[in-house]
Amino acid sequence: MNTNKFISLGVLAVAASLTMIGCKPKGPQTVTTGGAAEKVYVAPGKYDEFYDIVSGGFNGQMSVYGLPSGRLFRIIPVFSLFPENGYGFSEETKPMLNTSHGFVPWDDLHHIALSQTKGEHDGRWAFGNANNTPRIGRVDMKTFRTMEIIELPNSGGNHSSPFITENSEYVVAGTRFSVPVGENRDVPVSSYKKNFRGTLSFVSVDPANGGMKIAFQLATPPVDFDLSRAGKGPSHGWFFFSCYNTEQAYTLLEVNASQRDKDFILAVNWKKAEEYLKAGKAKKITNVKYAHNYLDEKTHTATSEMLNEVMELDIAQLKDIAYFIPCPKSPHGCDTDPSGEYIVASGKLAALIPVFSFKKIQDAIANKDFDGEFGGVPIIKYESALKGEVQKPGLGPLHTEFDGRGNAYTSMFVSSEIVKWDLNTLQVLDRVPTYYSVGHLSVPGGPTAKPYGKYVIAYNKITKDRYLPTGPELTQSAQIYSIDGDKMQLLLDFPTTGEPHYAEAIAAEKVAPNSTKIYKIEDNNHPYVARGEKQTKVERKGNRVDVYMTAIRSHLTPDNIEGVKLGDEVYFHVTNLEQDWDIPHGFAVKGAANAEILIMPGETQTLKWKPTEVGVVPFYCTDFCSALHQEMQGYVRVSPPNSNVPLKFSTGKIEPSGEK
Amino acid sequence: MNQPLNKISRILIMIASLALCSAYVTPLWQILMWAPQYPEGLEMKIWINTLTGNIKIISALNHYIGMAHIEVSMFPEFKYMIYIVGVIILIGLFSTLINRRWSLLVFFFSLGAAGLAALVDFYLWGYKYGHNLNPDAPIKVPGMVYQPPLIGTKQLLNFTAFSGPDIGGWVFIVVAVMVFTLLVLEQFYFKKNDPQ
Repeated sequence: MNTNKFISLGVLAVAASLTMIGCKPKGPQTVTTGGAAEKVYVAPGKYDEFYDIVSGGFNGQMSVYGLPSGRLFRIIPVFSLFPENGYGFSEETKPMLNTSHGFVPWDDLHHIALSQTKGEHDGRWAFGNANNTPRIGRVDMKTFRTMEIIELPNSGGNHSSPFITENSEYVVAGTRFSVPVGENRDVPVSSYKKNFRGTLSFVSVDPANGGMKIAFQLATPPVDFDLSRAGKGPSHGWFFFSCYNTEQAYTLLEVNASQRDKDFILAVNWKKAEEYLKAGKAKKITNVKYAHNYLDEKTHTATSEMLNEVMELDIAQLKDIAYFIPCPKSPHGCDTDPSGEYIVASGKLAALIPVFSFKKIQDAIANKDFDGEFGGVPIIKYESALKGEVQKPGLGPLHTEFDGRGNAYTSMFVSSEIVKWDLNTLQVLDRVPTYYSVGHLSVPGGPTAKPYGKYVIAYNKITKDRYLPTGPELTQSAQIYSIDGDKMQLLLDFPTTGEPHYAEAIAAEKVAPNSTKIYKIEDNNHPYVARGEKQTKVERKGNRVDVYMTAIRSHLTPDNIEGVKLGDEVYFHVTNLEQDWDIPHGFAVKGAANAEILIMPGETQTLKWKPTEVGVVPFYCTDFCSALHQEMQGYVRVSPPNSNVPLKFSTGKIEPSGEK
Repeated sequence: MNQPLNKISRILIMIASLALCSAYVTPLWQILMWAPQYPEGLEMKIWINTLTGNIKIISALNHYIGMAHIEVSMFPEFKYMIYIVGVIILIGLFSTLINRRWSLLVFFFSLGAAGLAALVDFYLWGYKYGHNLNPDAPIKVPGMVYQPPLIGTKQLLNFTAFSGPDIGGWVFIVVAVMVFTLLVLEQFYFKKNDPQ
């Protein structure tokens, strides 16, 4: 009897122990997906449905992927040097990276804005922001080249940029860092509240050629501007900017800028601002200096001009162009839905997502339903602007896009998931994990009035164990989910270059048919062009030597050059005479302190070279252009500075005297 | 109570007492955490006089929600736990020398008391650690506290946290169960079969 009791006790003890072991959970399991492969499989030779233009973050570039395959097609250098094709190294492209600080060869490109007409992608231009040395770059979607870069004065870091209006009237540039502006900038950091200002630049886009110009700058109370979106449809004419650090902290922002329960969305009536500008209410600011750089497609050469004027409108003085709307906890994303009626703000430290109604905002403004002022700007009452709140969406909401069927998709950084919710009922419908820690997400056409609600792409901040490890530095990553069913489904991981922040995907049919294949040689107005081998020559002016060179399969003309002296600066102006698609030539010379250049058919590019020693120096074509690519080479003879070797050049000329 | 112990009991008690020495070389308790971005998990191991594991990573994550930085100095227990366990081992060894049923009972109660005290102490630390949040924390989720589970699994925001014994703790539990079993055997079973 007692034995039985004892045994029962023993069994109980063992059972209890086993239960405790059983409590130990397994880690989160990777979701398995059925039929995913065929949804992202693009057969060899077939085209993708979408171009995905992805920001490169700290590589300062944009990359072009195909969706749904996730294949990388191109990296477009915008704000960073690109030795692969000579961008920023060739004489023609160096001016593109000029700024008021001189040549700045790197930046941090966070967001993409594709040009729109009537609220839809028109496939003309892609804009990107430089977060560090404030700039906006414009890429032409015909050539996938950076055509223009404009610097932004009075800005401390161009993060809230380059979001675009529904007819590409403006791309905006909101400063992340407020900074002292005006005459006296040598002020204590602690005088933030008094001396610092935020600015929102409205950069107009010429509808004919995309040319950018700072139409006006709005001066704002000092805060950090984060992201923004233009209104559309009924809210066209308005722009919405999220801002944090309304605590106006200037140190340890991690803590000090996270104290208030509500920061703000700034709603800007830019049509009204335009009226004030026309009415002469703007102040002309002349103590500024900013670069405007643009590439001429005919001369293949960039020009940099320095500008000294900007028109400023103060939103605190002009009471009716901007209104603050309280928004919980350091808002990041600030996204308008396809109808233009709702503005979804994502407080990255908040446990809910507020959705504001444009109509209610208008009513609140009409009724002066204000709750005091911030820095002289009226604050609309939170409840008066609010449509409602999405409760318990997840942790760390960052950014929202839409599928055009009434659903919204919000990225959750902390809880590492995408949450789908109903824009009308504000109920959470579905959630899927991301691997890991998603930042921005993007639906093809997501920010436009007509999204293609087929996929959502997550741009993740952490990849960790998702790919084969490559040491401490790992690839960045994106993930495609299908969203055409009730449940989101993970289809594909694909690695990305740099750090992808925001991206926009555009239907391939809006871009592909317009793609440039070659530059016409007869249109080439480069000052050093050689439109045929007969025009090739070498000229000396003092210690500057200009080589007018041509490249065609499979020789360079001239390929023998003599008479260059130590101390000379040699400019190789290489014209690619080819007029056939996808026949670039490259050019490199031994010891050149810059890079190679890649020259597209019909184009001229210039590599500067300063010889460093006496001797015969080889040069060659770097792009495998033909069966005889390896024969595409030449020599330049470098003589001492005092030598009297005559300047001469040739191709195919045999000099019997040389044998003696 | 004053009866001598069975010979086998005495050997087993001695083995059990010596087994407790493992507390000096193995972790006693573990806290494991998983999050979507930490599929491999994070761990904190509590030893007799120190902490090991991903303490810095856990502290770095927890500071967003205002939790204190975990330090060895947070636990004054580490200074005297080595002596408490030593005393328990000695009690065990002495109980085999004293060779009386009551001495086994003393050993069992000292084991039980130490175990209970450790759990209470751990609970109190967990309560303080999970509730005592920096009011300046960047992320404040209304109504949320982050007390780790005493034993078992609990969801804390995006983290799944597990708390339970580690090797040293299991040895301690096995020893306690064994001593209790011997006590029961001595009281009800060995008495009957005793030839005396």
